[in-house]
Amino acid sequence: MQRYILRRSAQGLLAIIVISMVVFALARVTGDPTQVLLPDEASEEQILQTQIEWGLDKPLHIQYFVYIKRLTRGDLGNSFKWAGVPASELIAERLPATVQLSAFALLISAAIAFPVGVLVAVKKDTGIDYAGKMVAILGQSAPSFALGLILMWVFAVQLDWFPTSGRGGLSHMVLPGVALGYYNVAALMRLTRSSMLEVLDTEYVKLARIKGVSERRVIWKHCFRNALIVPLTYFGLIGAVLITGSVVTETVFAWPGLGALVIEAILARDFTVVQAVVLLFAFTFILINILVDILYAYIDPRIRYS
Amino acid sequence: MATAQGEVILEVNDLRTYFYTRTSVVKAVDGISFNLRQGETLGIVGESGCGKTITALSLLRLVPKPAGRIVGGEILLHGEDLLQKSEDEMRRVRGQKISMILQDPQTSLNPVFNIGNQLMESLALTHKEGRKNLFQRAVESLRDVNVAAPERRLEDFPHQMSGGMKQRVVGAIAMSLEPDIIIADEPTTALDVTIQLQYLRLLKDIQARTGLAIIFITHDFGVVARMCDRVAVMYAGHIVEHGSVRDLFNDPQHPYTQALMDSVPKLEEKVDRLYSIEGQPPLLWDLPEGCLFAPRCPHARDKCQEYPPTFDIKEGHTADCWRLDPSW
Amino acid sequence: MTVVALPKRGFIDSLPGGPAVTQGLAWARRYPLLPGFVLLFVLVIPAIFANQIAPHDHRIGDLDLVKRPPAWIGDKIVEQTVVQKQDRRVARQGEITLSSATRRMKRGTATFLEGGGDGTVDVGDKLRVVIRQGGTWTYPLGTDKQGRDILSRLIHGSRVSLTVSVLAIALGGGLGVILGLLAAYKGGITDTLIMRLVDIKLAFPSILLALVLVAAWKPGLLTVIIVISVLLWARYARVVRGEAISIMNRDFIDRAQVAGASDWRIMARHIFPNLMNTVVVLATLEVGHVIILESTLSFLGAGIPRPTPAWGVMVADGRELIVAAWWIFFFPCVAIVLTVLSMNLMGDWLRDKLDPKLRNI
Repeated sequence: MQRYILRRSAQGLLAIIVISMVVFALARVTGDPTQVLLPDEASEEQILQTQIEWGLDKPLHIQYFVYIKRLTRGDLGNSFKWAGVPASELIAERLPATVQLSAFALLISAAIAFPVGVLVAVKKDTGIDYAGKMVAILGQSAPSFALGLILMWVFAVQLDWFPTSGRGGLSHMVLPGVALGYYNVAALMRLTRSSMLEVLDTEYVKLARIKGVSERRVIWKHCFRNALIVPLTYFGLIGAVLITGSVVTETVFAWPGLGALVIEAILARDFTVVQAVVLLFAFTFILINILVDILYAYIDPRIRYS
Repeated sequence: MATAQGEVILEVNDLRTYFYTRTSVVKAVDGISFNLRQGETLGIVGESGCGKTITALSLLRLVPKPAGRIVGGEILLHGEDLLQKSEDEMRRVRGQKISMILQDPQTSLNPVFNIGNQLMESLALTHKEGRKNLFQRAVESLRDVNVAAPERRLEDFPHQMSGGMKQRVVGAIAMSLEPDIIIADEPTTALDVTIQLQYLRLLKDIQARTGLAIIFITHDFGVVARMCDRVAVMYAGHIVEHGSVRDLFNDPQHPYTQALMDSVPKLEEKVDRLYSIEGQPPLLWDLPEGCLFAPRCPHARDKCQEYPPTFDIKEGHTADCWRLDPSW
Repeated sequence: MTVVALPKRGFIDSLPGGPAVTQGLAWARRYPLLPGFVLLFVLVIPAIFANQIAPHDHRIGDLDLVKRPPAWIGDKIVEQTVVQKQDRRVARQGEITLSSATRRMKRGTATFLEGGGDGTVDVGDKLRVVIRQGGTWTYPLGTDKQGRDILSRLIHGSRVSLTVSVLAIALGGGLGVILGLLAAYKGGITDTLIMRLVDIKLAFPSILLALVLVAAWKPGLLTVIIVISVLLWARYARVVRGEAISIMNRDFIDRAQVAGASDWRIMARHIFPNLMNTVVVLATLEVGHVIILESTLSFLGAGIPRPTPAWGVMVADGRELIVAAWWIFFFPCVAIVLTVLSMNLMGDWLRDKLDPKLRNI
């Protein structure tokens, strides 16, 4: 088990290094950051000065090593757009908002997807099952910005139940949370349903019923935990979906998090910040995947002991 | 093996369980009747797919839903019809009055819980007491099925046990609430031959000790001879012959029973090849008219186009075959 | 004892949900008529005949008719009392300032209910004010804030979606097929390298990668197509590799090798044709994905630049007017969802028909 975790971590580290190279290369290949730093009418001298100041006069691979060296000391570089503010500071400022929203989204998607997935499995081939299927298919066909806007229009503009945008109390979180979590709900629900159906058909469920265990206990104790194994593997992907989603959803709902930050930075070609945020996202994503594998081993003792 | 003389505790009359698919109705159990006395063992014998297991599940009202439904008949347990009971009442019948041992020990234990948890779960249904006492009870029920060092075994997960050990645990679970009837659905087919014998002996011991009644489902006449007092032979959802083990072995009347007997290799005979019944059992969704065995029967005549009535051969021995009709 | 053929209204139909739902769903599975129909009329025909079909010029609007609602929505009328306040924002609901009342009177969007005997507007008069004019059938889905016809823009927008999906899938799919074939055929280090690359690509959130790439180049149709194809190749490579390996184990490949055919020839003439079904199914399944990616990029301002009426751009335009003019963001959303939905249904159907084993990817 320990060796497994170590190996997974090594793989993850490798992926992060590759990603950092790709992002770094893209940032430098595509034009001179001095254009962003200086006004158009800047003189040659000024440009040279700035290049030396930011270390842009050195060869690319040297720049990369300098970048990595700084990275290991926790220095993510300074923003071009926000007048030399360290990227780490910008991230620290925006991170809580994103964590809050993602956690909330994860919570509602799990809170909706698992029970509904179980319900539609138990009610297989009935109207409830078909309704669930339709909602899932429809939802997976809607890009998150469209879904977010439609939610906003119906529940904030028309019904006035929630505020339209911005960060604030719980009511501010509901719409962006649902918009962000929705895609997961659909996918998780389908996975829960299918693995639930598989488990409901096993001998040990039959035995539990033969023992005289109540149907509710059969479903929630005997089936649910077994059925959870497959959807859990999907939780790694949820990391990706939430990251992707946070970029769009935060923009739609003017939620002041990392997703919105990265969009602003990209549109302003502020590559220090883009690099920093992308690396953070990649790191989170890979970390989630490793954690899921560990959790997986915990739920299924067959893995734990092998 | 004398016929047990205990009182009748279970009486099944004209039980019918059908499966409804989009295009057809599968008559998995089509009008079977039998009874069971306290302390006796009834064998239900037949090829796979003949409705044995569905019969068992029907007794517990656990036919796979929504396709399967019990559409007729009655199941009288101590005179009360189980088909009239509510789901809640039924739950108190399962495990406590009628229990069942499933075929495949490898898959009948939940892989994510340890043995103790699964045993104590059923014990907790009738014994509302603390964990400590439940644990003691669990230890005792494992000891009852001859599991060594039960205290330690309770912590084990199913995948850490051998097949024979798992099947003992399944037995312990089935027996834990002291039911009146145990249905054993081919409990030994998945086990090694030596372990099979041990297991069968264990079942007999428990029966002798507690006086429970066993319904033993199998396709193996050898096991029937060893275990049962009476036998019902099932074919395509019907009981085609029914009688004491002695009667059936000495004087099988239905051609299907005869064929099954012939297919059991006998030790005292030198066998060149195993006898097998020609043809396949009918597909339950495509049953022939009349006698269901007729297409495979060496004696079939025109008369067999009509389903035969049940003929009494002697006290407690019946068969569904036109050959018993005086006009044959 | 015999098979009882169930009558049309059988047991299944007695389940909750009833016959309509079951029959309907089964029907939709078997015949992809409806999704096909939608695709044809929302995506393909409008894209090809945009210039002929579009009722108005999608670039130039009528500035007198900005933010007109869809045709079926009537005038929005309220009763307001004229008050003496200068700033109209100060006026409470049910009140209208003198100056704006006078202006509306002149334009004919307000009539007297009480008072106004002298023909001029006075404080205290009650007015019937048309605060928003209804739609007209000239602009069936309404107009945007520059008075451009939304229907015409949607029709032209389908061109963007269709072009991007076809080209990006051709490009990305082609790349993926070639890499997948190479990985399968060459094996060894080539295989390992390509598959590692696939893993890394698949471990990276698409939208983020796309955004970084688009920002690195200049936003535009070509960039979007290239970027999306970069996102697509990995999945093709993985599936094609798996398929190709299983095909290569059949003996006709050995025979071709013995006959002295070149590697490329074997790949192109012997392996690839056997992969056709898989490739077609994957392509169909990916169209919805591509449309979502493209519209998301455009919505975020990192895709198709204005004034091209990409659906995502139209939604972005409507976003700020979500309170005042919902139709501007809503109809492009509907177009996207309908197209993607139909494409997904179509893909499912095709997969079940041609290549059921793809079900679990």
